Amino acid sequence: MRGAMMGGYILKRLISAVPVLLGITIIVFLIMSLIPGDPATAILGSYATPENVEKLNRDLGLDKPMVQRYFIWLGNMLTGDFGRSFSLNRPVLDEIVERFSATLILAGTAFVLCSVLGVLAGVVSAARQYGLADKAITFIVLIGISVPSFFLGMMMILLFAVNLRWLPVSGMYAIYGGGDLPDLLNHLIMPALALAAVATGVIARLARSAMLEVLRQDYIRTARAKGVPERRVIMGHALRAAMVSIIPVLGIQAGFVLSGAVYIEIVFQWPGVGRMLVEAILKRDLLLVQGGVVFVAACYVMFNIAVDVAQSLLDPRIKT
Amino acid sequence: MSTFLKLLFRNRLAAMGAVVLGAILLLVLVTPILPLHDPDITATADRFKRPFTEGHLLGTDHLGRDLLSRLLHGTRLSLAIGVAAALIAATIGSAIGIVAGYFGGRTDNIIMRGVDMLMAFPYILLALAIVAALGPGLMNALIAVAAVNVPFFARNIRGITVGLAGHEFIDAARLAGMGHTRIILTELLPNVLPVIVIAMSTTVGWMILETAGLSFLGLGSQPPQADLGSMLGEARSAMISHPHTSIVPGVMIFLIVMSINLLGDGVRDALDPRLRSGALSRPRATTLVERQGDIPAATDDLLAIQELETQFHVGNRIYRAVGGVSLAVKSGECLGVIGESGSGKSVTALSVMGLVASPPGVITGGAVRFQGEDLIGAPYETLRRKRGDRVAYIFQDPLSTLHPLYRIGQQLAEAIQSHHKIGSAEARSRAIRLLKDVRIPNAEARVDNFPHEMSGGMRQRVGIAMALANEPDVIIADEPTTALDVTVQAQILSLLDDLRRDRGLAIIFITHDFGVVAQLCDRVAVMYAGRIVEEGPTKAVLDAPAHPYTKRLIACVPELGGGRRELAAIPGLPPVVDDLPPGCAFAPRCDKAQDNCRAAEVVLLGNEPRAVRCLYPEEAI
Repeated sequence: MRGAMMGGYILKRLISAVPVLLGITIIVFLIMSLIPGDPATAILGSYATPENVEKLNRDLGLDKPMVQRYFIWLGNMLTGDFGRSFSLNRPVLDEIVERFSATLILAGTAFVLCSVLGVLAGVVSAARQYGLADKAITFIVLIGISVPSFFLGMMMILLFAVNLRWLPVSGMYAIYGGGDLPDLLNHLIMPALALAAVATGVIARLARSAMLEVLRQDYIRTARAKGVPERRVIMGHALRAAMVSIIPVLGIQAGFVLSGAVYIEIVFQWPGVGRMLVEAILKRDLLLVQGGVVFVAACYVMFNIAVDVAQSLLDPRIKT
Repeated sequence: MSTFLKLLFRNRLAAMGAVVLGAILLLVLVTPILPLHDPDITATADRFKRPFTEGHLLGTDHLGRDLLSRLLHGTRLSLAIGVAAALIAATIGSAIGIVAGYFGGRTDNIIMRGVDMLMAFPYILLALAIVAALGPGLMNALIAVAAVNVPFFARNIRGITVGLAGHEFIDAARLAGMGHTRIILTELLPNVLPVIVIAMSTTVGWMILETAGLSFLGLGSQPPQADLGSMLGEARSAMISHPHTSIVPGVMIFLIVMSINLLGDGVRDALDPRLRSGALSRPRATTLVERQGDIPAATDDLLAIQELETQFHVGNRIYRAVGGVSLAVKSGECLGVIGESGSGKSVTALSVMGLVASPPGVITGGAVRFQGEDLIGAPYETLRRKRGDRVAYIFQDPLSTLHPLYRIGQQLAEAIQSHHKIGSAEARSRAIRLLKDVRIPNAEARVDNFPHEMSGGMRQRVGIAMALANEPDVIIADEPTTALDVTVQAQILSLLDDLRRDRGLAIIFITHDFGVVAQLCDRVAVMYAGRIVEEGPTKAVLDAPAHPYTKRLIACVPELGGGRRELAAIPGLPPVVDDLPPGCAFAPRCDKAQDNCRAAEVVLLGNEPRAVRCLYPEEAI
């Protein structure tokens, strides 16, 4: 019964995402229409050949009214046609999908890291409130949330790659040989940690205060009165209740991790979508930017639906 | 305001943040008049000078420019851009929020839909899209960062405005014929301004970081002009050979962000009243014990509370919640403990198994003996093994005392499995049997309910079933029927009474209701201000109360389920237990009190089982 209700809930959330996704395309379209001057030249760059400009004008219908142009663009995207990147001379969607998978590996790892480490640190900190562990964690967290991730990444490269020579300086795979999983992990450690640092701190702080809030509740006293071992009181009763307020923040932090990936990909030369976007902006390859932004934002909306579903699975009081 | 500042500066970290930030601001303000090199003059002969070289305190960068000068000018630029972005975002966002919140209805709906959509973006995507459209450059980066933060202000300020728009003073202004613009500017704005300022102070650090980030990516300030982000970005290529060029701007960003964070935390803490009262501290697994004085000798009672003293230490105040209470029960016996709210009866009960929240609770004296063994100060594991197994609790208000996210079957099974190694199927069938024992209909289905799916009476039965799970010797019931209506209360009481007779368990029943005591208890103890003022067999106490307090209490409880309103019938209020009078605590409210009642401590006197703590008792005992 609950399973059927869950399915209905997921469907409902998916349907409710449609206007948000449309809104995203409208916002991106409006931003792109801010481009000063001749849009075709701006999109293709000032070195574009006249044939290309003409073709783009035809493809996008740039001579037509704005509303019509939007629907043409939207229709094209729905059929998988995100246009063609002039700087890379290949379909935008192909490039995005390839780059986004690299970003997913990096941001996904960082997200898992910051969720696990952050929640653990918060739990330990709360369970040992005002103790040595709490003070140490609070101090590390303060530094973690204050160091810009790009600076942290650079310092990590200096220490672990240049001075200690433990890890590779940058990239996703070794240039010669490599290409296997251990090679990937070796390259992933530093950027994932640097990317996770700030979010770990934010989550740890939140988890600590959520745990402290929960530990004062009457049902924790009930658990103790039943003789439930303290470890289970903390890791079971208290953490489960605290997760109700932690999970939405995990969803928000995922957005920050995805944002931070842009810097980390630049610092570590990671071939992800963030670096692609920055390079595309510098090359004025606007179709690539436009497509990349819409694509990643849409994925983020889907991710947030998954967070909501997880939340409703955890908390039976949420109406599904 | 001055208390706020005092609180802020009592927080040493916040004060440190303020000092660091103040120093940076001061340096940045006087930068133009400092004797520095021109930040943009290149001198390729002096490339990559190390810090502390002659004439270049922090060294030089890849073009031989003085790093100290560039750092200060860059900081100036970064701070200015960050603050400007914060101001722009706050102004536009607040305007949108106020308009949406004030007009409400469709205006609100459309605006907030748009805001929600903007918030659906990871912030950098939006910023990158804007910079992509407008082209890289410091002003465009500023616009992008401001735009990205507009939704945050719009949403916050809208919430506040919606709350304010319902107030009378807005209606009054409207009736007085003021136009919308005037109402917004003269009535609403002054009220939301403090919130805007606080929201700005918490986000300005963030915006400094974001603009620095865009510059780092090469999308913000363009050479030769440099803010902290672009300094770091330019230094990156020489990071390995000349790390100081990266470290200098990086550390500055770190210091700025950290000091703003520290200050922001301090502001938040100073504004949060809960932190001031220390209410956010975590209760430990057992109550803290700091016992002074002798430990009373063992008796042959099943459970004996002996001269128990429990205090709450809050700041430098000491609340004597329990001041030397002795109570005992034998098997099959029911003892009632009665008193007003705050008389210390619940704290007494919770002290037995070390469940008083600590901090702030501390057990400072006496003993609690179960079958002769002292539980106060016993190791945690000893206490845990007895909790719920030999001595079980039933608490008031089962909605807050049952875990909201576990099915009741799981909660019951856990009570058993904490003390017995049994499988989950076995535990589940025992849970169902327990639910049947407390007469919950349809127990097989109910076992999978969550607490919020049950009625108050059902939940209380679950609470009782949980206490019975391991067939304990003693049940301590802390106002188990107070939250229930009268018919359910009667059912629960008769259920408890049956269990006592069938299983021979001892019950300590805590209540403020004499009707309940009369129905259930063999003996009763009356508590006032943390002490027992009278005790004896229920009938004797009810028929001939000896303490004036007991008498007054009974006189104003004519029937079962009288609730709490009887308290008004006794003039005055119970004393605050951090400042108890030297003599009888009830004397200020007692019409028979004499000078010697107030002069010195009054002892509990009488012949077993009757006793009273009064110099002028109503009845001789």
